[in-house]
Amino acid sequence: MLRSRQSMSDDAADRLKMIRGFSDGVPHNRALGMKILEMGNAQALFELPYDEKLVGNPDTGVIHGGAITALLDGASGAAVFAALTDLVPIATLDLRIDYLRPAEVGRSVMARANCYRIGRNVAFTRAVAYHDDPANPIAHSVGTFMVSTKLGTVTS
Amino acid sequence: MTAKKLIERLADAKRDSDYQGLIDAVPYAKYLGLTAAMIDGELVTTMRYSDHLIGNPALPALHGGTLGALLESAAIFELLWRAETIVLPKTITLTVDYLRSGAAVDTHAHSVVTRHGRRVANVRMEAWQADRKTPVATAHAIFLVMRS
Repeated sequence: MLRSRQSMSDDAADRLKMIRGFSDGVPHNRALGMKILEMGNAQALFELPYDEKLVGNPDTGVIHGGAITALLDGASGAAVFAALTDLVPIATLDLRIDYLRPAEVGRSVMARANCYRIGRNVAFTRAVAYHDDPANPIAHSVGTFMVSTKLGTVTS
Repeated sequence: MTAKKLIERLADAKRDSDYQGLIDAVPYAKYLGLTAAMIDGELVTTMRYSDHLIGNPALPALHGGTLGALLESAAIFELLWRAETIVLPKTITLTVDYLRSGAAVDTHAHSVVTRHGRRVANVRMEAWQADRKTPVATAHAIFLVMRS
């Protein structure tokens, strides 16, 4: 009993450590003001609070599609990490984003991502961006990620 | 005095060949540190390196989202620049292929409008750093280009 409780709290501590690593350890996520609300079981839930620096059209105040891209990329990568059994490096292979409707001005955008398949080499993700109802999405994305990339492969 | 509408600011920038004016009209483009210049007849959009663009500090490598945003912005600037009448392109879909890690240096992007119809425009984009022959990312996007 005590043992299992011990291992559960270790799991929770590991998860918290991973979440903290993601929010504090990724400078661009932090710069955009992204918050990680959930991470685990091959899923991640991110929140991007509204900010004037993210605006794409100053007439309307609607945030730029690029900020939604960064949010969906971040959440999708986190979902892959949440699906890994060993913590290994990953790299985005491709990401397709469909923009369904503009985000509403002044509201946070949420992104829920799911890594629905992970193999030895490649992981596959789906994600939706929305305000409060995932069934009424702002954007939808699918992505693929390379698993266990070598560190230090920057070429340029 | 009322601030000029975005579309008017873009039209002014275009009339004056003020490439940077296109960018300065968009807060998010300024936040990313984008600059634009006409180089050998091509509109090249550059994302100046800044520490806040990093996604992986261990390598270090640029955040994939910043490359996606640069490519999408480059395509929008190209459409605004080439269009006879200015309409704000609305992104329908964007697909980015990440080819290699983006190093902690400036990144450049160029776009080609592959088809411009009455309602929809198709654009291909490419981003590179030191060597244009080894792009860090390529992308294609489809935009709605109807007057609203």
